[in-house]
Amino acid sequence: MIGFLNALPGAAAQGIMWGIMAIGVYITYKILDVADLTVDGSFATGAAVLVVSMTGGVSLPVAMILAFVAGSITGLVTGLLHTKMGIPFILAGILTQLGLYSVNLGIMGKANMTLSNRNYQLLVNRKEVYSSLVISIIFAAVIIAVLYWFFGTSMGHALRATGCNLAMARANGINTNTSQVIAIIISNGLVALSGALTAQWQGSADVGMGRGAIVIGLAAVIIGEVIFGKIFKNFALRLTGVILGGIIYYVVITVVLNLGFDANYLKLLSAVVVAIFLAIPYWKKRWIETRIKEVKEVEEDAAD
Amino acid sequence: MLQIKNVYKTFNPGTINEKKALRNLNLTLKDGDFVTVIGGNGAGKSTMLNMIAGVYPVDAGKILIDDIDVTRLPEHKRAAYLGRVFQDPMMGTAADMWIEENLALAAGRGTKRGLHWAIRNKQREEFKELLKELDLGLENRLSTKVGLLSGGQRQALTLLMATMKRPKLLLLDEHTAALDPKTAAKVLELSQKLIREDGLTALMITHNMKDAIHYGNRLIMMNNGKIILDVSGEEKKKLTVEDLLHEFTRLSGDEFANDRALLTK
Repeated sequence: MIGFLNALPGAAAQGIMWGIMAIGVYITYKILDVADLTVDGSFATGAAVLVVSMTGGVSLPVAMILAFVAGSITGLVTGLLHTKMGIPFILAGILTQLGLYSVNLGIMGKANMTLSNRNYQLLVNRKEVYSSLVISIIFAAVIIAVLYWFFGTSMGHALRATGCNLAMARANGINTNTSQVIAIIISNGLVALSGALTAQWQGSADVGMGRGAIVIGLAAVIIGEVIFGKIFKNFALRLTGVILGGIIYYVVITVVLNLGFDANYLKLLSAVVVAIFLAIPYWKKRWIETRIKEVKEVEEDAAD
Repeated sequence: MLQIKNVYKTFNPGTINEKKALRNLNLTLKDGDFVTVIGGNGAGKSTMLNMIAGVYPVDAGKILIDDIDVTRLPEHKRAAYLGRVFQDPMMGTAADMWIEENLALAAGRGTKRGLHWAIRNKQREEFKELLKELDLGLENRLSTKVGLLSGGQRQALTLLMATMKRPKLLLLDEHTAALDPKTAAKVLELSQKLIREDGLTALMITHNMKDAIHYGNRLIMMNNGKIILDVSGEEKKKLTVEDLLHEFTRLSGDEFANDRALLTK
C-alpha cells in the first residue's frame, strides 16, 4: 500500500506526459474521425530527436522544438500518403510507422540511447517526481490553451467540419485534403513532444518505446470520455478529460503492477481494456435496439 | 450565368455496370433564372448538379459559371460561386458543431481559413437576424449542436447557409424529398423567398411535378442523360401535370416509370 502511494505522483506525472500524446490521438481519432497509427513511430521519433540533439550539445528548448518539428514531419508524410497517393488512412499510418522504425534507428545510430539528468538540465525526470509533476501540469495546460485557441479560429473550424462531414466541408469551400494534413501534422507534433518528455523522464530513448502508444492514447481518450464526458462539454475541458484519462490509466496500471501482475502481460491488458471500452457503445446500441423490438410487441399485444 | 457545353459523363466505363449518365448535355441559364428539373430515376439530374458542383470530373465538355471556366476547378474552389442543399438533411450541416459554428463556416465560403477567430460578436447578431426569418425559434439556440435539430430544421439551416453569401448559382438536389409533406412545403416556400429576395439563379431538382410547375420561371425535363423538354415563361405557367406526363411519353417513347412522381402529381 505504502509502495503504491509512493508511486502515485510518479504515475500521475507519467500519465500527464502520455496524456499529451493522447491529445494528439484525440485530434485524429475524435476531431478528424480517423485512426492514425503513425503515433507508434512518431512517439519514438520525438524521443530520439530530443536525446540526440541534447547529447549533441543543443539546448533543451531547441531540442524540444526539433522534436515537435520532427513529429510534425512524420504526420505530413502520413497525410500526403493518404491525400496525394490515395492510400487508405490506416494503411498510410502503418506504412509511416514501419518506415519510422528505421528512421529512428538512423537518428540514434543504435537501438537505445541514454540521457543522464546528471549531465543535462532536464524538464522532467523520475528522480525529481514532484517538480516533474508540476512541470508536466504546466506543459499540458499550455498545450490545452493553445489548442483551445486554435480550434476556435477559422482554420480550426475548417478542420472540425472536415472530420464531421466531408461533403458539407467541401460544399462550403474547405479544402478537406489540406485540413486533414494539417490535423495529422499537429497531432504527431504533440505525440513527438510527449515522446521527448518521456525520454527525459526515463533518461533514455529506445526505438521500441512507441510500441502500442496508439492504444494507450485511445485508452486515455476513451477513459476521459466515459468518466468525464457528461460533465466536460467545453472543448478545453474535454482535452483536460483526456489528460485525466491518461492519469487514470497510469494509476490503474501502477495498482495492477503493485498487486503483483506480471509486467510482461501489460500490453495484452491494455489491448483488452481498450477493446472492451470501444465495444461498449456498440453493445449499448444493440441492447437498446433489442429493447425497442420487445416494447413494440407488447404494444401490438395490447392492441389485440 | 451558367453554361453547360457538350458535357458527357459515364460511370464505370468498360465494365458490366457501365452507366452513361450524361450524353452531350447542353444548358444555358440566364441571370435570375429559377429552373426546376424533373425526370425519372437515372435521368442524370443529380449527376448534372454534381458536375456543376465539381463532385466528380466530366469526361468531356465544358462548364462555365459567369463566363469563368470551372471545368477543372476542384469542388472546394467552385464552392465560392455555389450554394448547395442536398437531398439528405444530414449532408448539408456539420452535426457535431453548433448552429453558429455552421453559419460561420458558410460565411467563410470563398475566403481564406486563417488563424483569426471563426466567429465575431458582430456576426452573432447577423446570424440571429437571419435565423429569425426562418421562424423556427433557432435564433435563441445559437450554441445548440446541429445534430439535435429535426430534418426540416437542418434543411432550413442548410438553405440559409447556402444562400447567405449570395451565390452565383444555387443548387437544390431534391432538398425536400426526405421531409414530411408539411415541412417540405414550408422549406420550398422558404427556398422561393430566399431566391426571390436575393434575385438568385437556381437549379432545383424535384420529383414532384406540381412543384416543378408551380415554382420557378423555367422547367426542364431530363431523360437518359439529356434534356428532352425545356419550357419557360407563359408557356410554363399553363402547364399541367397531365401535359408533362403526356410530353414525357411522347418524347422519351416510354411511360413515366416512376412511382414517386406519379403518386405526387
